[in-house]
Amino acid sequence: MSAPVLDLSLVPPLGDPRPQPVPEVHLTTLDSGLRVAVVPRAGVPLVELRLRVPFAAASARTAAAHVARTSVLTGAVLLGTQAHDQVQIAQLLQAEGAEMSVSADPDRLLLGTTMLPSGLPAVLAVLAELLTAPTYPAGPVAAEKARVAERIAIARSQPGVVARTALATRRYGVHPYAVQLPETEQVQALTPAALRKLHRERVLPAGSTLVLVGDVDPAAATDAVAAALSGWTGTGAAVDAPPLPATPAGPLQLVDRPGAVQSNLRIGGPAPGRRDPELPAVRLASTVYGGYFSSRLVENIRERRGYTYSPRSSVDHLQAGSSFLVEADVATEVTGPALLETQYELGRIALLPVTEAELEAARRYLLGTTALATATHAGLASTLSALVGSGLPAEWLTEHQAALAATTLDEVTAAARRWLHPAGLTTVVVGDAERVADQLEALGPVQR
Amino acid sequence: MSSPPAELTLRHPVERFTLDNGLRVVLAPDTSVPVVAVSVFYDVGMRSEPEGRTGFAHLFEHVMFQGSAHVPKMEHARLVQAAGGSFNGSTHQDYTNYYEALPAEALERALFLEADRMAAPAITEENLRNQIDVVKEEIRVNVLNRPYGAFPWLQLPQIAFGSFANTHDGYGSFVDLESSTVADAQDFFDRYYAPANAVLCIGGDLDVAETERLVRRHFDAVPHRAAPPTPYTGEPSPTGPRHGVVVDALAPAPAVAIGWRVPDPVGDLDTYLGTVLLSELLSEGDASRLELRLVHRDHLAIAQSSYVGLFGDPFDVRDATLLTTQVHHPADVAAQRVLDAVHEEVDRVAQDGVGVDELSRVQARTSTQLLRGADSVLGRTLGFASAELIHGRAELAGELAARLAAVTPEQVQHAARGLARDTAAVLELHTAGGTA
Repeated sequence: MSAPVLDLSLVPPLGDPRPQPVPEVHLTTLDSGLRVAVVPRAGVPLVELRLRVPFAAASARTAAAHVARTSVLTGAVLLGTQAHDQVQIAQLLQAEGAEMSVSADPDRLLLGTTMLPSGLPAVLAVLAELLTAPTYPAGPVAAEKARVAERIAIARSQPGVVARTALATRRYGVHPYAVQLPETEQVQALTPAALRKLHRERVLPAGSTLVLVGDVDPAAATDAVAAALSGWTGTGAAVDAPPLPATPAGPLQLVDRPGAVQSNLRIGGPAPGRRDPELPAVRLASTVYGGYFSSRLVENIRERRGYTYSPRSSVDHLQAGSSFLVEADVATEVTGPALLETQYELGRIALLPVTEAELEAARRYLLGTTALATATHAGLASTLSALVGSGLPAEWLTEHQAALAATTLDEVTAAARRWLHPAGLTTVVVGDAERVADQLEALGPVQR
Repeated sequence: MSSPPAELTLRHPVERFTLDNGLRVVLAPDTSVPVVAVSVFYDVGMRSEPEGRTGFAHLFEHVMFQGSAHVPKMEHARLVQAAGGSFNGSTHQDYTNYYEALPAEALERALFLEADRMAAPAITEENLRNQIDVVKEEIRVNVLNRPYGAFPWLQLPQIAFGSFANTHDGYGSFVDLESSTVADAQDFFDRYYAPANAVLCIGGDLDVAETERLVRRHFDAVPHRAAPPTPYTGEPSPTGPRHGVVVDALAPAPAVAIGWRVPDPVGDLDTYLGTVLLSELLSEGDASRLELRLVHRDHLAIAQSSYVGLFGDPFDVRDATLLTTQVHHPADVAAQRVLDAVHEEVDRVAQDGVGVDELSRVQARTSTQLLRGADSVLGRTLGFASAELIHGRAELAGELAARLAAVTPEQVQHAARGLARDTAAVLELHTAGGTA
């Protein structure tokens, strides 16, 4: 069969867009400083809960210890309260169709669960216990430390984790964000008393945000939260990460993983934050470059050359700074050629304008998929938690969508020039150094 | 404690009709968000592959995105994504699916794209070679270059089952993938991608009459071909224990998986539902039996999980399938201690049964998870489609939460009696250091 040419007369036109529902966000700040956002929403009979607590390491000096303690606290907070042991807590939640997941990233602690609507009072009661009366019992904490140590070893065996960690170390230098994984020794050395202290000092209502989305009555749900969490009164100010230092891009860093059958390419640099008017333009530029299947990067190194399965670029946000990131896991034997094409596409988008058709496609994609991602209780709850928890108004989403719709070709071209140019980006490659160093050195300096 | 909601049945009505070419069409309208999902499920999966063509169902899935009679390469993605939609496809044991989630106004565009590749995908030498390379990178990233990549989903079936359909590597050997030809792909398409071998399921913000008209406009022209017979994938129940060891050079800690044959998911659904709840009771969440025993009480495990169906969805597989329990354990804990503890917990359910309170909690949790998956238009639509293809009744997807909420303690106890120690398949994963 000869390659067809797209006959646009055959492609059904799009109908008129239907109005997007705008979430009805009921925002209240309690006396304790906790902000509560409740969104009633049609859909399945469930309620999604997200509690976000600021949890960044306060300084570079304390980051390693903080990350180690946090890695244990996330599991250990569920091991018992003054009123209930680990089994009872789990059963109380399970009875409402819930299970509390507790996780952390460089900025925050996140507690989240789904539940049956009738379970809200019971789940809030358990949440209040976890926040105000966890015991961190010695025996279970010791067992949790051992499990965390095993999980760290497993994480370090994953090439994607090795690459992410290496890029963070390289990009963030002495900033706390450089510490992505705890050291096993620090995990093993910590005590229940250290966890209690961390909890007391950092699990505070001030700066925290609780989001409820789904089958809820806003006034009743807000009252229920205020009543259930009335004892959560710890005082103190939320701690955010310190400002990011400016770090030079530096030469490519090669991390040896002997025998690896693939190389993990990771490229990163700064990007505009959520409050920056340049964000819509850089998101559009990133989308055209590698942000979706229709992008230049996917067409080049996957669909034309078959070097990789899932290359991608994205704009990610942390509280102290946002990032433009490129990722591709490529066959060992084409590591150099794959990096060459990845850099070529960066240089091309930085120096030459994108086309109107590329911009319109990226724009509709971002607008449409944001609508899809917030069209479930869980998706909307997570999105709102990230926004409101970062101190942004709930209206940010609508305003950002409007800004994406209005961004011009010139703005996208300028954003690509400023943020996507390869000389401004840091590159890390994890792979079999014996087989790939020579290929990479042909393209520029390589640091081992 | 909350009772599971009285009305657990999803309220979405389901409409269906069949075209003259045999294509079964299911419509599940719901106007709560301005989104539609379009999915095509072909009744061909990894278990349909002949010897010498391992991985072909998945490779062919990739080829289906390479363009079609009126759609050049890359344009399928562009037409969906530039409409504000997303797309994907996936290859399962018993089916291969293709789907788009889009703003409602893009419905007809998705129907055009699916009909065009149902009629004539671009099966060319260049596209095939390109996608063989891409699939090899997919296998490297998911299996060969990461610890535990094949564990246990590609490795356990080799010892748990007997027939080629059930034991072979559905991702495919590089030898088989590289020797695939355009003629193989064309034959595969002719045989398995007939409209009469497929279900088209559309969910979301749609008008039933208008959508039927659009479906007929785009799909009526796809010529009829006879559907192949459904492959027989059942096999006799195992009569003895089976045991295997794999060495994972990348893994830092050992692991063990146990697979038990379970009742026929389609032919004996009522009994099977008891097995599904047993799996949840054993392993789902912090209050589950194995989490408490292995992780918290005896400190034998770093992590544990159980699931029915090799890919984790108990309702999208035919016979034969497994309940699998997998445990990651520290190197200083012998696999035998883990196995003994798991069997003891299963035996405890088999002998003592399950309290009503405990089962109610498990059912509440199971309900929320099913409802959560059905909250997105796409998740719901895929559920209806696989229920139609595998069970012959899309409506079943909407009824599952209620069906599971009605399972009795006796059914769960009966299910546990089926997980006998002497017919289990056990796979140990050892680290390269030889510790286990």
